[in-house]
Amino acid sequence: MKARKSHFFKLQDSLFKYFLIACSLIVVGLFVAIFLMLFETSLPSIYQNGWSFLTGLVWDPNNNIFGALPAIAGTLISAAVATLVAIPLSIGIAIFFTEYAPARSKLVLSLFIDLLAAIPSVIYGIWGLWIIAPLIKTNVEQPIIGAIGFIPLFSGPAYGLSIFLAIVILTIMVIPIITAITIELLSKTPVPLKEGMISLGATKSETIRHLGLPFARLGIVAAVILGLGRALGETMAVTMVIGNSYYWPFSGYSIFAPATTITSKIAGAVGEAGGLEFSALLEMALILMVISLAVNFISRSLIKRTSKRGFG
Amino acid sequence: MHLLSRKRKETFVKILCFLVTAAVIIPLLWIIGDVIYNGLAAWNISFLVSPVIQGGIGNAILGTFIINGMACLFGIPLGVLTGMYLSEYGQEGWFASMVRTTVESLSGIPSLILGLFAYATIIIALSQSATDRHYTAIASALALGLMMIPLVGKATEESMRVISNDIREAAIALGVPKWIRTTRIVLAIAKGGVLTGSLLAFARISGETAPLLFTALFSNFWPTGINQPMASLQVLIYNYALSGYPNLVTQAWGAALFLALIVVAINIIVRVYTKPKYKEGF
Repeated sequence: MKARKSHFFKLQDSLFKYFLIACSLIVVGLFVAIFLMLFETSLPSIYQNGWSFLTGLVWDPNNNIFGALPAIAGTLISAAVATLVAIPLSIGIAIFFTEYAPARSKLVLSLFIDLLAAIPSVIYGIWGLWIIAPLIKTNVEQPIIGAIGFIPLFSGPAYGLSIFLAIVILTIMVIPIITAITIELLSKTPVPLKEGMISLGATKSETIRHLGLPFARLGIVAAVILGLGRALGETMAVTMVIGNSYYWPFSGYSIFAPATTITSKIAGAVGEAGGLEFSALLEMALILMVISLAVNFISRSLIKRTSKRGFG
Repeated sequence: MHLLSRKRKETFVKILCFLVTAAVIIPLLWIIGDVIYNGLAAWNISFLVSPVIQGGIGNAILGTFIINGMACLFGIPLGVLTGMYLSEYGQEGWFASMVRTTVESLSGIPSLILGLFAYATIIIALSQSATDRHYTAIASALALGLMMIPLVGKATEESMRVISNDIREAAIALGVPKWIRTTRIVLAIAKGGVLTGSLLAFARISGETAPLLFTALFSNFWPTGINQPMASLQVLIYNYALSGYPNLVTQAWGAALFLALIVVAINIIVRVYTKPKYKEGF
């Protein structure tokens, strides 16, 4: 009787295990399906457009000419610049939070950082479109164009909706990601070493510069790459504020000109696209997915390395 | 003199970090202020309870909850079961590391691409022709559910893994079979973490717009079934904000206020009921 019962349990156990494995397989299968779907749907475009898809500047569905370079360039430039601007700001906030902020304010401050990450991107979009764009146009773009507009990078006219505004909004969206991870890293600075430095007369800023930041460096790099991934894939806020003009940066170099990204081109065009244009849009999505996965993978493996490592 | 300059540097760093923090907090308060100010201008009872066809957002609110609910039905069980596998069975081996890598990669895919996947697999497959697309909220739920899997899975795995092995060993000593140990004991202790993870995933997908744009599309009427186009707050905000008509833009702000309330409320609830963050490691 007893033996039979344990046999029964063993059967249940292995059934349960295979059930969990089956569920995990479904997840793996869905992931593979996403990849295969993108690849298969892009095949006509890959076949038809070849390498000129990556170098072409023209997107003309009527003549079946598809070049994705402006969108790829827009995506890479906006995400990279936004992330670069976000790095010092995020590290500054993280240092303030871990070293200088009064204990009571920390709860509110960390709530703020969470909220900054939690606000839906479409709300960043409506805010950027209706509040920030007009303000930036008259108070930032026009004065700068008036003063140093002879430099191609800052040449006119001011549109409001521009790659500049997209970078500003993306920066705000990337900051909480980098900040949250940097705070975690800085608060794990080995306390004995820190106490040692302070007992030898170091100021707080010196402990950060010589102990906290070097200790957290690898993790901060991982956080920055994670933030870059978010900026690369961001759709709604960018679509709403970037102005969606296809030829930047090949029409002129001004950061105050409207531009496009992979995501905003797809979001704007896929609803009406058919045939080869649909295929070309999915090839763009495939490129974005490969970039995003690579960025994600690099970031995760760096994070794993930091969490395995001990002191220093 | 040397000490004085070092002290001055310390003060300088302190003030600089404070200014940077203020410079980032100000936009946050600015957004929140704008959403509340412009949103309240649109709000009244009939705005919240009547459908779009009568100038309200009621059907969009309901639509967001229906789509999210369907996404939860699909995403939470798969996420929990995958997380359970990774924590209790998948310590090592090529299969487990493949599942783990997949779940992590899934969280790195832009939501727009998940929407494209749902569009290409469901909408196009169900449509008679390219000019007569059959849009359905089910496709949106698929895309959003895919977003939930890694979020819920990670939360489940982490909250189950931190449970002390003493408890598992005690269960083994009592002769409890592994599947009961996993579901009735370990999962029962970890359920707080699973719940918080699911709530945060719910908040996260509530704000996602890109996967809905070309799957659920939009509707001016109350939903009458799930296999049809459905309005959602997110798409309403997007469409109305870009329409340029002042009264529609005002309604978009009203919808943005409602959406922000959902997201912020969930985040605050989760924060109140969980331990303070930034104390443990990754």
